[in-house]
This record gives sequence, C-alpha cells and structure tokens, in this order.
Amino acid sequence: MRAEFAQAMVALFERRKDLVFITGDLGYMALEGVAQAYGERFINAGVAEQNAVSLAAGLARAGHLPWVYSAAVFAVLRPYEQIRNDVCLHKLPVKLVGNGGGYAYGIMGATHHALEDVGALRVLPNMKIYLPLVAADVARVVSTMADDPLPNYLRLGLSAELPGNVPAFAPWRLLKPGRSRVVIGMGPVLQGLYELGDQTLLDELEIWSVGTFPLENIPADLVASIQEKRRVITIEEHYRAGGLGEALSHSMLTSGVVPEALVCLHAAGYPSGRYGSRRWHLAENGLAGPPLASRLNELLRA
Amino acid sequence: MTEYATAECVMLAERVFSVKTRFLAMYKKANAGHIGSSLSCAEILVFLKFAWMRDDDTFVLSKGHAAAALYSVLAEANVLTKSQIDSYYEEGTELPALPPFNTIEQIPFATGSLGHGLSVSAGMTLGARFNGQERRFFCVTSDGELDEGSVWEAALFIAHHKLHNLVWVIDRNQIQAIGRTEDVLALEPLDAKLRAFGFHVITVDGHDFASLLAARDECAGLWTRRAAPVAIIANTVKGNGISYMQHTVDCHYLPMTDAQYEQALAELKRAHAATVHGDRNAG
Repeated sequence: MRAEFAQAMVALFERRKDLVFITGDLGYMALEGVAQAYGERFINAGVAEQNAVSLAAGLARAGHLPWVYSAAVFAVLRPYEQIRNDVCLHKLPVKLVGNGGGYAYGIMGATHHALEDVGALRVLPNMKIYLPLVAADVARVVSTMADDPLPNYLRLGLSAELPGNVPAFAPWRLLKPGRSRVVIGMGPVLQGLYELGDQTLLDELEIWSVGTFPLENIPADLVASIQEKRRVITIEEHYRAGGLGEALSHSMLTSGVVPEALVCLHAAGYPSGRYGSRRWHLAENGLAGPPLASRLNELLRA
Repeated sequence: MTEYATAECVMLAERVFSVKTRFLAMYKKANAGHIGSSLSCAEILVFLKFAWMRDDDTFVLSKGHAAAALYSVLAEANVLTKSQIDSYYEEGTELPALPPFNTIEQIPFATGSLGHGLSVSAGMTLGARFNGQERRFFCVTSDGELDEGSVWEAALFIAHHKLHNLVWVIDRNQIQAIGRTEDVLALEPLDAKLRAFGFHVITVDGHDFASLLAARDECAGLWTRRAAPVAIIANTVKGNGISYMQHTVDCHYLPMTDAQYEQALAELKRAHAATVHGDRNAG
C-alpha cells in the first residue's frame, strides 16, 4: 500500500496546498516522489516521533494539514501522549500514517510489528481510524482523510489481493455472500480466507470488511445476516484487547443484535518465540494457511 | 536604583506586583500549591506579555504547572475576567490547575505534561513561516522539564530549521519536583549544551527587568540577521521574593497558611515599594 499511498499524497497536493508531509526518517524507495512534489512542505523530522507529532499539532493549529508518516509501531506508540494531548484533546486534523500494520514487517521481528496500534488509538477521543484492504482503497482513503476534520490514523499494510470486484472503500463492505457463517475482518488479513484451497469452506462464509473505527452502526444487511446465520467470526491482525472482536461485541450487544456464537480470531503475538515472514506469523496465530482452515472447519462442525 | 531606571521597568514592576498579588490570592483561596513555580516565572511572563509580545505573537507556557501566573497575566491584560479568575480551582471552572485545551484563544495548547510545549511552538512557528507571516512565538519551559527527551528532539529541530522567530525561555530556578536539578539529573553546563545544539544563548537574571529588556534588544539585532534561534536561560529563584519559600522544594507543593499568606503579601509589598519608590524601609 505504500506506493499507492505515496501516489495519492502527490495527487492530493495538486488540489490542496495546505499539506505538510512529515516523515520520521522512513520511506526509502517510497517517498521520493512526495518529497519532490512537496518541496519545503516535505520534512524529514528525523528519528524523533514525539517531536514530529507535536510539531504536526502546532502546524495544524496554524491552519495546515500535516501528515506524519512512520512505521505503524513508531507512529503510534512512541509518541502516544503527544497524540493524546496535543492532537486528540485539541481535536486537531493531524493525519498519522503507520506503515506495516500487524505483522507486515515480517522477519524484522517483534519490535517492528504493530499488533496494538488500533486498540491504543481507539480509546482516544476524537480519533478516527482508517483501515484500507486492497490497493485501490488507498487513494480513496487518503482523499477522505484530507476532508475529515478529525485526527486520523491510517493503518497501511500489504494490500490484499482478492478475487473479483471489490466494492469501493466504505466503513462496512460486503465482500462475498456465504451460506452459514458471517465473517467480519479488518484489513489485509482477510486475504487468508480466500487462500484456503477449500471452495466448500469458502462458500460457507459471508465475508465483511470493516474500514473505520469507531465502528459505524452495523448496516441493516449485516444485521439481517447475523440474525439469520446466528454465528459470527471476527478476524484481525491485532491483539484481542482493543481490537475488532471487542469493538464488534460491544456494537452488537448495545444495538440488540446478538448472535448465538461469536468467535474472535486474533493475533496472540509470538506463541513459539520464533520469527518468520508475515505469512508465517499469520499461520502461527491461526490467521492464515492450514491452521486457519482447520480452525474454520472445526467451527463449521460445531 | 539604576537597575530600575527606565520608565519601562517601573511599568513592568507595577504589572508584576499586580500579577503576583492576584495569583497569591488565587492560590490562597484555592488552598493550592505550585506557588514557587509561579513566583519563579512571574517577571518573565509579565516581561513577555507587556514588553515584548505584539498582538499577533503567540505564547506557550510549557511549564503548565505555573498556570496561575499565566492566568493572572491574562487577567492583567484584560483577556480573562475577574469572574473567571475567581472561579480558579472551583467546581466547573474554565481555569484548572494546569492550562485547559480549546477554551482560551491565548492558550493555544493545554500543557502540564512536560516536554510538549517547545515542539508545538516549533510547529506553529513553521506553520507561520509557510503562511508567510512574521509572527513570533515564545515558549517558557522549566528546567526540570529538560529531563524530557522530547525537549531535545524539539531543540534539534528548531536549530536545524533555523526557527529564529521562536524564543525559548528556560525558567532556571534550579529546583524540580522533589529535588535540585543538579542532584536529580544534572543539567550543567546548560549554556554550553544549548550552544552545541545551535542556539544563540542569552543568560539573564529572570527577576530583573533591565536584564530581560537587554535580552529583548539583543534578539532584535539577531532577528534582522535571521541568525540562530534564541534560547534565554533565565536564572531565577523558586518561590522568589517570599522569604520562607525561596529556594525550597516545599514551595512546589505546599499551599499557604493564613499567616504565610499575610507574610507573603507583606514581603511582596515591601519589596515593591523599595523597587518602584526607592523606599527600602517601606512597609
């Protein structure tokens, strides 16, 4: 998604001149075009994320629309109090961009993975989070964020490649119909559902994608599906705490949409203490590959 | 009385007397602490507001725990009303112990968590540069605040981007929350550190208006050359002017008893009479 993001930022600069792009010294072989287009409005603030976020708050206070780019974990967790105080409390339109949400940094290891970024930001006032799924989402999300007066976080990852036409980015998207289970996921982890090599299994799954937090009201079509199928599965490349499963549980209960069964598939971190590619970590956490297939088959038999 | 020779110094002395009298009353009514922190920066804040800043300049009190001094200065400038001041610390007030967010235009950022003010000031300064504005920005930090790494991130940024119209004033009162700065986490040689970071460093007596005014004049010359950004080390005394508070850690925390409040007011009046009227035996 990084290349699409850079292209979208360059395109955005053609229609808005109040943009400032701040990177925390990341974006090699990605942001060169942004740097060229933005000129003095492209700032490498160095490996100093706390200053970068407060700086962005000051720029927003002065009427600009600052974007702060780093790896997801460094963009969110290192400057967390700056996001809380200087951005969210003041309701300033600072746009945080975290590259490599979830296990996207793969073999880089645990310090580079972001498995709690969404949960950490969900609890902050005024913060709206955007989670693109496929490459084509990124331009639309960037444009939407530019027009959103709230603080935002954009969680970039490795774009999902899904069969068929994927509807345009939206807070809730039905990706495919299915017979007996409703699966709701956030971000590119959903790709794993299509790669199980088991069409019979896939046919059972009605798949929805969540694109924003806080969760918008559950759409009527999804309410109807939950009431009909009665069994819901969530899947996310994120720890359980603060993630989609928890948020959806709350939304369902408080809106009176109560399934018979809810199973939340989520990242557990590093169960074996070993490292690998993103795919390897997803599989180890039961979020992709044969472990996901066997878990789903088990749920279907239940 | 050479140090208070000019009319400007007398005006500032009158202002600071009024500001201190007001915030001592606020602290007493609220039975609140952080009195020493407000006393150490009172002259600095009055000097910035009434002798240096123009209407379109911006001030950030990064050491938000001295909010009472800031509120009192804003009341002195008729920005805050008497009823707002009277509500300090009360239930439902707009004026909490540390500065609020998005409530008072002259307080652009809620501060209080240390190490934020210099960075947000840098952001606003850069924003004004992009806007083609000649506005100036003033940020007062404490010295204990310099323990925060984010302050030095901001310092690197300000120097690298030559944000010369941002003035950083350090209230160097030598005492942080529960100890002396040099005992807790030594800052000295502070001026050399700041120079090494790329700042033009001016050291002043932070309670002496003539010394502060000289720094202002030095900056004016620097700005015409768009030289290095400025850091002013204002040597101050925590609890300044009140004998039982001066140089103590306690005055960071403790409210005043009735007797202490009477003593504080009496000492303040006596010192003021001596400086403005040259009557060292007054009171």
